[in-house]
Amino acid sequence: MPSSTANPKASPPQIIIKKTTLDDLIQALQREGYQVIGPVLEQEAIVYRPVTQLKDLALGWIDVQEAGSYRLERDEAQRFFAFTVGPQSWKAYLFPPREEIWKARRENGRILMEEPETPPRLAFLGVRACELAAIHVQDRIFLQGPYVQPRYARRREAVFIIAVQCTRAGNTCFCVSMGTGPHVREGYDLALTELEDTFLVHIGSEKGAALMAEIPHREATQEEVAEATRRVDAAAASMGRTMDTTELPELMRQSLESPHWEEVGKRCLACANCTLVCPTCFCFTLEDVTDLTGQEAVRVRLWDSCFNQEFTYTAGRPIRVSIASRYRQWLTHKLGWWVEQFGVLGCVGCGRCITWCPVGIDLTAEVQTLRHMYGRASSPATVSR
Amino acid sequence: MNHSPVPHPALSMPTQGTFPLFFRVVRRQRETPDTYTLWLEPPAGTPFAFQPGQFNMLYVFGVGEVPISISGPAHDPIPVVHTIRAVGAVTRALVNLKPGDLVGVRGPFGTSWPLEQAQGKDVVIVAGGIGLAPLRPALYHLLHHREAYNQVVLLYGARTPRDLLYRRELERWRGRFDMEVLVTVDRGPREWRGHVGVVTTLFDLAEPFFQPANTVALVCGPEIMMRYTARELLRRGVPEEHIYVSLERNMKCGQGFCGHCQFGPLFICKDGAVFPYPQVAHLMTLREV
Ligand code: SF4
Ligand code: SF4
Ligand code: FES
Repeated sequence: MPSSTANPKASPPQIIIKKTTLDDLIQALQREGYQVIGPVLEQEAIVYRPVTQLKDLALGWIDVQEAGSYRLERDEAQRFFAFTVGPQSWKAYLFPPREEIWKARRENGRILMEEPETPPRLAFLGVRACELAAIHVQDRIFLQGPYVQPRYARRREAVFIIAVQCTRAGNTCFCVSMGTGPHVREGYDLALTELEDTFLVHIGSEKGAALMAEIPHREATQEEVAEATRRVDAAAASMGRTMDTTELPELMRQSLESPHWEEVGKRCLACANCTLVCPTCFCFTLEDVTDLTGQEAVRVRLWDSCFNQEFTYTAGRPIRVSIASRYRQWLTHKLGWWVEQFGVLGCVGCGRCITWCPVGIDLTAEVQTLRHMYGRASSPATVSR
Repeated sequence: MNHSPVPHPALSMPTQGTFPLFFRVVRRQRETPDTYTLWLEPPAGTPFAFQPGQFNMLYVFGVGEVPISISGPAHDPIPVVHTIRAVGAVTRALVNLKPGDLVGVRGPFGTSWPLEQAQGKDVVIVAGGIGLAPLRPALYHLLHHREAYNQVVLLYGARTPRDLLYRRELERWRGRFDMEVLVTVDRGPREWRGHVGVVTTLFDLAEPFFQPANTVALVCGPEIMMRYTARELLRRGVPEEHIYVSLERNMKCGQGFCGHCQFGPLFICKDGAVFPYPQVAHLMTLREV
């Protein structure tokens, strides 16, 4: 982890806090006016919800993930962040699944527009490396222009990010292949690594340094820093999945007319789960509704999915009729077109789409099949972001 | 000649965001049994300008929003002219609006026809059905700056004579000595004395009026018609990179965010709707893209 982004004046770049001090961190953020969002246990899964104290966090759980399955087990070591990522991602907060974007009211033959309230300032506690990469992918989509999404921009500017370096990888994780994790590299205010009784904290911004100044801490020893690195390296070494990313966009282009899409199309239910759990998927629809009197209209933005048949409805009929064509759209977009559109791949290797696919379709396996069909590129490599 | 699509004009219009501005319908005219033209007046003091080939998102209060190309002259952009075919709930609501009603407008969005690059060349415009609407601003431009262009040829095909858009205007244009207008229908009643057949069958008649190697072609219509037209233009020697097409896809945002309009790597709303043919040819032959 480079220390160049830290502010050496306010605090040393690597510091140690006691685990219970995390509560002070949450309190300090709340005093600063942030609503803190962190991992909690809900309906047998780890999800991100508003938290107000340390007790709210899901303590002592490990997730067991496989293609099409997710299960939680007790963690003997009682760690705070031994699980990896759950069905939800932070996109639910920066780019909510349902959001009113404006209201309009008829009044004396005129129509008056109303902007929605300013979104709250959020602090994310527990952003994994792959998720941080996903946020940066969505930044490119919503902020790079020519147009900018104002609601996303407002939420994004205000957010405080406490990253967590994974010390354990899941069975569907492949961030190492995608070059996104498990080491957290940039774009956070604070980054935590969970040790035995403490967290190693790395400061990534002025905001982060200012907050840490209010909180009891001490300088980290060389040994503690080395131990943190060892733990994250161990996670990197235990990735459940890999994906060869060599010339992926070219592979996708070569595969456009592959019979393999038909084969996946037979398994895929077009349930759209993969797009909903994916932290980079950004498609939405706009719905216009009125109240009963017809005097007030609201435009609502809702997550949509390229797996829905109505998605391509043009001049009275859908264009991607077969499920095969919709799966092809999804995968060739993620691993191909995305690079032309936004300069990065649309997959960060979090593995959610594998875990939450009800029939266990695994994109790493599909890519491997396509590679066998269309010839392997010579040098196995990972993309650099 | 520069073959990349014309870039977006400056994003300076108050209508180019996520909030519609309400324009007033000042005139409505029936074109065909299911197609109407609306003239929309912006609120006092609101500027509006566009490039031929661009579109607006039109919103009917509480009903919904759809992309509709602008079909009036760019040199005289206000009131804003839209020709709309009723195919769904929103377009039906739009064609039923009356003078005095309000329409939400966002835009203009998208790329435009390469009219600057076409200067000094023959310009062949090939339109199918409602595809004439996004091409009409290009025609207005060519005729307004007539001396800047060589031959101007319009080939227009509709399903039946009743489906011909802008019939009076077509007749007027056909009477001009400085342009060629050829019209065909897929099916004609017995009284129809004009040409019958798909639009590509007009090329034999149009042959004397343009020099393929020095021609820029602007094409808009159903995708299959554009494919056959491009093939015919290529066969006659029009350079591939001088052919432009305007594509249609489902659109929700018009700004490259919602993902609906994707066509391979392209967002039709911001990378198009007007594309140089070589940029999209390989995708147009794939099914269900
Ligand atoms: S495609 Fe799958 S593995 Fe990749 S980022 Fe999306 S959910 Fe994660
Ligand atoms: S993909 Fe990597 S960063 Fe993401 S949860 Fe798994 S190990 Fe952590
Ligand atoms: S219409 Fe939304 S991305 Fe093109």
